[in-house]
Parts: sequence; C-alpha cells; structure tokens
Amino acid sequence: MTTEGYNFAYLDEGTKRMIRRALLKAVAVPGHQVPFGSREMPLPYGWGTGGIQVTASVVGPDDVLKVIDQGADDTTNAVSIRRFFARVAPGLRTTERTAEATIIQTRHRIPETPLREGQVMVYQVPQPEPLFKLEPRRAETKRLHALADYGLMQVKLYEDIARHGRVGSSYDHPVMVGGRYLMAPSPIPSFDNPKMHLSPALQLFGAGRERRLYAVPPYTEVRSLDFDDHPFVPLRASGSCALCGADHTYLDEMVTDDRGGRLFVCSDTDYCGERQEQQAAERAA
Amino acid sequence: MSGLLPGFADPVLDAQSSFRAVLEAMSRPGRVQRLPRAPSPPAPLGAAAGAVLLALVDSATPLFIDAGADAVEWVRFHAGCPIVPGAGEAEFVLCTGTAPRLASLRQGTDEEPQGSATLILQVDALEEGTGWRLTGPGIEREHGLRVRGLPEGFLAEWKANGARFPRGVDVILCDGDRIAALPRSLRIEEG
Repeated sequence: MTTEGYNFAYLDEGTKRMIRRALLKAVAVPGHQVPFGSREMPLPYGWGTGGIQVTASVVGPDDVLKVIDQGADDTTNAVSIRRFFARVAPGLRTTERTAEATIIQTRHRIPETPLREGQVMVYQVPQPEPLFKLEPRRAETKRLHALADYGLMQVKLYEDIARHGRVGSSYDHPVMVGGRYLMAPSPIPSFDNPKMHLSPALQLFGAGRERRLYAVPPYTEVRSLDFDDHPFVPLRASGSCALCGADHTYLDEMVTDDRGGRLFVCSDTDYCGERQEQQAAERAA
Repeated sequence: MSGLLPGFADPVLDAQSSFRAVLEAMSRPGRVQRLPRAPSPPAPLGAAAGAVLLALVDSATPLFIDAGADAVEWVRFHAGCPIVPGAGEAEFVLCTGTAPRLASLRQGTDEEPQGSATLILQVDALEEGTGWRLTGPGIEREHGLRVRGLPEGFLAEWKANGARFPRGVDVILCDGDRIAALPRSLRIEEG
C-alpha cells in the first residue's frame, strides 16, 4: 500500500471536522451516543473501523500511539492498525509501552498499568447501545435514554440473579456514567470496569458499523450497574500468570497440548513483559 | 479580496493541534489551553477564536458571527460556512461583543442533545486557579477559573443551562491565543 496522495491520518479534513464536532458534544454529554457519518475504511466492519476513525480525527504528528487487541500488542488486529497509522500519519511514533503512549486504541481491554492525565483511550465498539439486546428499536432506546428509563436493564440483571445466583455478565457489563446515562463499556471484561471510574485519562468510544461515538471525560463517575444486596463483583480467573507470576491481573487461559494441559498468562502483554524484565534484572543483581 | 488575511499556515496539522486543545479544554473544564498554531484573523477576532472557527466550522455548520464584515469575509473564505442572521439558528455562535442569552440559542432535544449550539465567546481575560469554583465531569476535585468580560447574570444563566441537562449550550471562552471551555455538565460556584 502506498500512502502518497492520502491526507494525514487517512481521513479527509471534512470527515475529521465532522467527527471532531461530534466528539466535543460527546464529551459535553458524558455517556450519550452521538451519531456520526462513518466512512468506509480500508478494513472491514468489526475490525475497529470506529476506533480508527476516532483515532484518525484526534491523532497528530507529536503523538505516541499504542494499539492493543485483547490486551496484546502483537495480535493481527493490533499490528495492522499500528502499521496503518505509521504509514498514513508521518511523524507519529508507535509504542507497545502503556506509560509512553499518548493515545491508546484498544479492542476489549484496559491496560493494567494505571492511565494518567494526557492520555486518550480510544475503544473499538461493536454495539454501542447497551439496551440493544432488550430493545432492538433505535427510536425506542433513544426515548429510554432521554427519559433515563433503565428499568429494562435492571430487570435483566434481576433475572440473571434469579437464574444464576449472581449479577454480572463476564464482559460488556453496563455502566452508569455521571449518574445519568447507561453506557456500554464495549466488550471489556467486567474485571476492567472499575478502571473506568474516575480515570485520569479521556476515554473515547467509536462504533463504525453502528455509526455512533461517545465519551467519558476524565474523573467522571462510572458505576457498574448492580443492586444494593447484590453488588457488582468483577470477574477474574483464580490463578496467577505462568510467565510473571502476577495474581492481580486479568488472565487468558492457554491450552498447551492435546491432553488437557493448560495455563494462565496475563492478557496485557506489555505489563507482563515489563514484570518479567524487572524480575530478570532483580535476579541478575 | 485585497485585504484578506491568511488562515491556518498548515490547514491539516494546525487544525489538528487546535482541535486537540479544544478537546483538552472541553474534557478538563477550567484548565486554560494555549493554541500555538492559531492564525491571525482580522480584528476584532482574536487568534484563539479564529483557530477554533477554522478547526470546527465548514459548509455543514451554520455560523452566527458578530465580528463585522472583515471577519465574515475571512471565515467565509477559509471555512465556507453559511452565515445566518440570528444566533438562535446557528450551530456555532461567535461573539466578540455582547453575548446572547444562553436560553436564546439552540438547546438540542432530550433525545438528541448534540443538536445544541456551541457558543464561542471572546472575553477580556482568563485566569486559572482563582475566581469561580468549578466541579463536574473532567475535574478531580475543583478547578478555579476567573473570567473577565462576561455579561452580567451569566452565572444565573449557566445555572439554568445546567438545569436543562442533557440539553444545553456548551461554551468556549477565548482570550488572545488561549481558551477555556465550559461544557454543559459543568457546575460553577462563585469563588
């Protein structure tokens, strides 16, 4: 792919302005879904077209971009998006280190390393409407959001408890933003939900196929939906990472052979790698 | 066309850096941001107001502007936006003189609050850390902001604006090449 003839960060200026205006309104009304004119991107829907358009509208040549897919920097989706921006945004640096990044585009994880002010999280969102599975009519969900009428979701959680004895989908567990809007946190594990609460970083969400974007400003209240007598409990596999020994991170289960052998490793490859380096340095010292 | 002043030196990267400053201002209300790559628009338009305009308005956004014929010609040439005669019809409202009442601008609807107007207001001075006490999304505990040159009764209007949430106007304050933003979710108390 040659990048000659393409604008900085691929999108034309008119599209960027349209997305930028939508982003500012999204920040002003935290958790509210703003429609935008999603463009055809050089990759299919479901591969992060929404996140890419948001990143392309925000990114500049002074930024440092990190892209993760399920916590990993080295999976196909992450590598191809990082390479895409390195090609179409001259000057932009890319990194795998969370601490170095100014923009982190993510599919389905929030890094383990705490975020800081000055960082922007960009989430790839497949389904921005948290009520979609309960009420598929857009016109109706818009009205429910306008009235802050989220009884449907409370009933769904109640039914979860009645059937399974506990609240909490393992991922995409709905949150209330600023006490006003019900929001889909994108399919991050519920383990990551508490990291959104009062995060110092700005969080932007883009859904390309559904043509919606939304935002959570820094230091904004993000509460996972639950009941007083059935509080939200983030889910985590019990075990520790086979590579770095971490017992406080989100783990992926790996099958190692065809005889039932398996082990757990950190889903955040950068965090795990840094811990291993540190441990190696301590051993050498 | 003889006296037409230039817009952004680099339309792509200057617009990007100006937008980032506005985004930062909107997500951390009360923090004053500098726009280092702002253009020099015709008076009475200031550098920051000019940069915000060129970064955000285009043929899709009706603009109301009270800054006189030179400014209208400048923004029309560089941004190509339709100019509307009444502030109540505009998506972006730029005021260098007396600000219109917030309630007279587009408020959006409960279902589509993003349809509200953005008011870009040139003020006499912005000072961080003193004056108003700001709380709300984007602020860890409290930010201080002193603004000189706002119309009398602005705080009462702001309170009414907040009461309409999620409807309501968002404000970008400009002073020279610096800006601060007041998103509608912001609560302001007199310091």
